[in-house]
Amino acid sequence: MAVSGGLLVAFLALPLVALFVTTTFVDFRSGLSHPLVWPALRLSLLTTSISLVLVVVLGTPLAWSLASSSGRAARALETLIQMPIVVPPAVAGVAMLLAFGRRGLLAGWLYPEGASLTFTTAAVVMAEVFVSAPFFVQAATSAFRRIDPKLLVVARTFGASPLRVFFRIAIPLAAPGLVAGAAMSWARSLGEFGATLMFAGNLEGRTQTLPLAIYTALEADLRAAQALSIVLVVVAFALLLFVRAALRRSTNPEDAR
Amino acid sequence: MRSGQERARATKLHRRAVPRVLVAMACVAAVSAAGCTEPTEAAREDRLVVFAAASLRDGFATLGEEFERSHPGVAITFNFAGSQELRTQLEHGAAADVFASADQRHMDALVRAARVTSPTVFARNEPVVVVSSEGARMVRSLAELPEATRIVIGTPEVPIGRYTLEILDRAEAALGPDFRARVESKVASRELNVRQVLTKVSLGEAEAGVVYRTDALSAQGSITVVAIPPESNAIADYPIAVVTGAPHPELARAWVDFVLSPAGQRALASAGFAPPPASSASR
Repeated sequence: MAVSGGLLVAFLALPLVALFVTTTFVDFRSGLSHPLVWPALRLSLLTTSISLVLVVVLGTPLAWSLASSSGRAARALETLIQMPIVVPPAVAGVAMLLAFGRRGLLAGWLYPEGASLTFTTAAVVMAEVFVSAPFFVQAATSAFRRIDPKLLVVARTFGASPLRVFFRIAIPLAAPGLVAGAAMSWARSLGEFGATLMFAGNLEGRTQTLPLAIYTALEADLRAAQALSIVLVVVAFALLLFVRAALRRSTNPEDAR
Repeated sequence: MRSGQERARATKLHRRAVPRVLVAMACVAAVSAAGCTEPTEAAREDRLVVFAAASLRDGFATLGEEFERSHPGVAITFNFAGSQELRTQLEHGAAADVFASADQRHMDALVRAARVTSPTVFARNEPVVVVSSEGARMVRSLAELPEATRIVIGTPEVPIGRYTLEILDRAEAALGPDFRARVESKVASRELNVRQVLTKVSLGEAEAGVVYRTDALSAQGSITVVAIPPESNAIADYPIAVVTGAPHPELARAWVDFVLSPAGQRALASAGFAPPPASSASR
């Protein structure tokens, strides 16, 4: 058991270790002063934060509805929501162009003057929400499903409204799952590349997120790309650590089953 | 102990068996000998791995079919990608036989790293402006390019991106010192490969872009071509070379010769490529 687990950990860790070990400190410093880095990092942090808020705010009520219903429609909807995970990101980007682009399905309603969402920062957020929402919704739905229904019923008998039950009982109980789902969603949108490139494009300061900057740098200089990748990995690692620390503090040890 | 009769029978069997065994052994030897030579020869020269720039996709696909027809039993595997990616793969020891680049610089780097031998320019590709149906109304010449609302070009790290900036700089002689700045103020995205530039213009997301003539040819219906004046244009030279230590060197040489032959050049011309300069000696 330990051997197979260790093998998987080694497999996952080795490329990251190679990334760090083969970058000299000089390369890393010159990579950090690369003109693409800071605009890209700022844009990544801005857009992924907005995407996270949208995903959580819109996804939590959706997950609650899915967890509360058991019909075939609900199950079909759950499967539909998971589709973005299966679709290759570049294809998702093309699909978004076909839906929201200048000549897309919604073009007539959205863009009377001939403008469009393509090539905008908003498009970056849309692409990130598209690819990362399924992860949160899935985790949140499972978390809500695991709540003992008796607790919810008892709360209702005490006179709590459904809304109060949702905010004061369900969410705190499901919090660990919600936070884990949010972390996964955030990580996914931080690394998002294919859909962003197709739908939002690649322009410094406006749509060039850190993954896009890495890929652009890769075309010119492998070492610069490595340095930028290390920045991305470190930032992502720090974010996830922060999330897990917040999670541990919020989880009450007495609630542990 | 065997009886006399049994011994006599045994001897008779022996006498009949030995020739049969010998014949059987001879057969096995012949078959294994034939089996031995065939697989080795087949393993040696029946596959060809060609790394080629993405813009060569259509041209080389046609050439590949012709080559496989004239060399029965040979299967060609193409790896079409940006010249930079292919160069990186070759620098890290990818097992390819031939490399065809859209850019002299990447080939030069591989020559310096001794990863390829004696490249030859086999074709030239002319950058052109492509416009969508909306763009066609605004941009009818290079000078009108800044009239477009959104322009898509290649990022400077890829060959088409570099050629585009060269063209914009050269055009300033005729169109004013701020021409490049005016165009760049309308740039909405710097794509990572030329096909993406073409796609964005074809889909109408951008009104104009700069791609190779070969790409424009492949998207005839959805875009219009606006030629770039020769004095401002930066024509791309495409070199081809056999990879050092290629697994299939004879086929690699045959492929390079085929590409440079009149038949090969005809196929490339119909894909939109221009012929190499007359004095394209090996470097």
